Amino acid sequence: MAVVETRDVTKVFKEGHLGAVNNVSFETREGEFLVFLGPSGSGKTTLLRMIAGLETPTSGKILIGGQVVNDLSPRERRVAMVFQSYALYPHLSVYKNIAFPLKAQNVPKDQHRKKVEWAAGLLGIGALLERKPRELSGGERQRVALARAIVREPAVFLLDEPLSNLDAKLRASAREELERFHRSVGTTSIYVTHDQVEAMAMGDRILVLNKGVVHQLGTPTEVYDNPADTFVATFLGSPPMNLVELGDVIVGFRPEHFLPSVNATGTTIPLRFEVDNMEYLGSEWIVSGTIAGGKLDSKKAVSRLPSAQHLRHAGVYDFVVPTRTLKFFDPATQRRVPEREIQWQ
Amino acid sequence: MAVNAARIKSDGTGQSPFLSTAMFAPAVLYILLLVGGPFVLAIFYAFSDARIGNAELHFVGLENFRSILESPSFRVAIRNSLVFTIGSQIVVVVSANILAIALETAFRGRGIVRFLILLPWVAPISLGAIGWKWILDSIYSVISWTLVALHFFKPFSAPMWLGEPHLAIASVLLVHSWRIIPFSTVILLAGRTAIPKDIPEAAAVDGAGFWRTQFQIVIPMMRPILSVAVLFGLIFTFTDMTVVYILTAGGPFDSTQTLPSLAFALGIQGSDLAAGAAISLFLVPLLVILAYFMLRVARRAEVS
Repeated sequence: MAVVETRDVTKVFKEGHLGAVNNVSFETREGEFLVFLGPSGSGKTTLLRMIAGLETPTSGKILIGGQVVNDLSPRERRVAMVFQSYALYPHLSVYKNIAFPLKAQNVPKDQHRKKVEWAAGLLGIGALLERKPRELSGGERQRVALARAIVREPAVFLLDEPLSNLDAKLRASAREELERFHRSVGTTSIYVTHDQVEAMAMGDRILVLNKGVVHQLGTPTEVYDNPADTFVATFLGSPPMNLVELGDVIVGFRPEHFLPSVNATGTTIPLRFEVDNMEYLGSEWIVSGTIAGGKLDSKKAVSRLPSAQHLRHAGVYDFVVPTRTLKFFDPATQRRVPEREIQWQ
Repeated sequence: MAVNAARIKSDGTGQSPFLSTAMFAPAVLYILLLVGGPFVLAIFYAFSDARIGNAELHFVGLENFRSILESPSFRVAIRNSLVFTIGSQIVVVVSANILAIALETAFRGRGIVRFLILLPWVAPISLGAIGWKWILDSIYSVISWTLVALHFFKPFSAPMWLGEPHLAIASVLLVHSWRIIPFSTVILLAGRTAIPKDIPEAAAVDGAGFWRTQFQIVIPMMRPILSVAVLFGLIFTFTDMTVVYILTAGGPFDSTQTLPSLAFALGIQGSDLAAGAAISLFLVPLLVILAYFMLRVARRAEVS
């Protein structure tokens, strides 16, 4: 097991163009499940590929287990990677797929069967060893890819959106399985995704990336409750945090904190809310509309409520935001700034 | 055609037995007239004493085959056909794989290099062979001239590339290879580009080096397309007589004669149609085997 660290890593694909990854520095913890989260084009996969050794950084250092690995080939880095497409070898049986890393790293042949069976058993695919990848379902392929990754007992696991090829139902169970798998092997893992739900559910910590820049590194609670800037605030959470400009500051509040006044306790800020759309999602309602009157007149806002039976389309209601849930951002830098007194009316 | 098209039933399937027959007919006709007819005629001649300029025909049984099998030229021709076909395919598969690997990654001028490599395939085979005849000529050979200029040989003592049996065989084999390499390279290049980039990358992360990735992952994955390239190459070379005919005309002393060139030399140039027909029939068993594999590969490609 090992810690992965990057120091000011930058990757520029085309000279003179903006970097895909810009001055990224972070350090995993031993045995941690770290998630790279960002929209497409955020550089998260490029960063992962540089750690794997499939791309060379333009500048900066990558360390695995305290050793600079910039000049090491993928095979010398002792990392295992699960690709988005799984990249199983189509002409080889499941057994030979899983045994391939052992063969490639010259593990004595008499140990192969034992190790392959151990890895296959761990993932519950012991019965599929003689099949070819094309005879497997999506979920089974993913497990073969994981077994192939674990079989050599790597120092670090790299996973590139391994769930994105599964259908929604399978994804939830595969996610749970991956979590259990990580708990049982305890290897430091880096997991790339654009899906904030996956990131929140699985990550010990989340590295939020956009346009090749790190916006925040923190636990799911930290990035959700204490976003470092407006990007993190709006990228995490569905629907995203409401952001309204108020004088020289941007004020943010989560939809679930924007409530009808009857439900509120403690110090709150009262707002008139004109509803113009309501979505029923089973366990909750997403109510969007505009704020009416005061300094925030006609600013758009979204509320997330457990029930909204008493609300009507085009009605205007008394809503509140608890003061302690407000977040403040600098309009110039978009960075978080300390709490302050503000005038709402 | 228009009449047939009009007869298509309007049942939505768009299937009409007349239309499909009409569309199929030219191909069937072509094969019957230009392949089937001569083939039947060849079988017929092979059991006769047909000669050019002689209208009389007698059935002679297996006499032609007996005399052919006894002739040393024929045995050399069979051996040469196999040596040229198999030998050049070995050279082709190795070179085409190397070229395909080299041309796979982008570099400055790759387009031009690809074009140059494809040229021998586009040029008429006879022109290419004539070019090689000059390159390998006993007096004007540019290769000999270069070797002399580099002091490997004294003037006028350079090898006679087409004049000594072993060198002539090697020369013909290499010209055959030169002829097929572009075709194989293009096919293998297409096969390589069809492999998702993830797969060799996964192999790299799994710890495989260049050779292991090529020999255990990439080339096995290309097996279907590789067999297409090899089968085509085998058939092109096995049935070709242009290269031998132009370079050596079978010589020296029939040492580079192949089945097609010997059949031509005896049957057409030597007026012994019957012997020529009998020789060319020896091509059939091997071509049947190749055709069988060809069809199998085609069916496999359909399935996957």
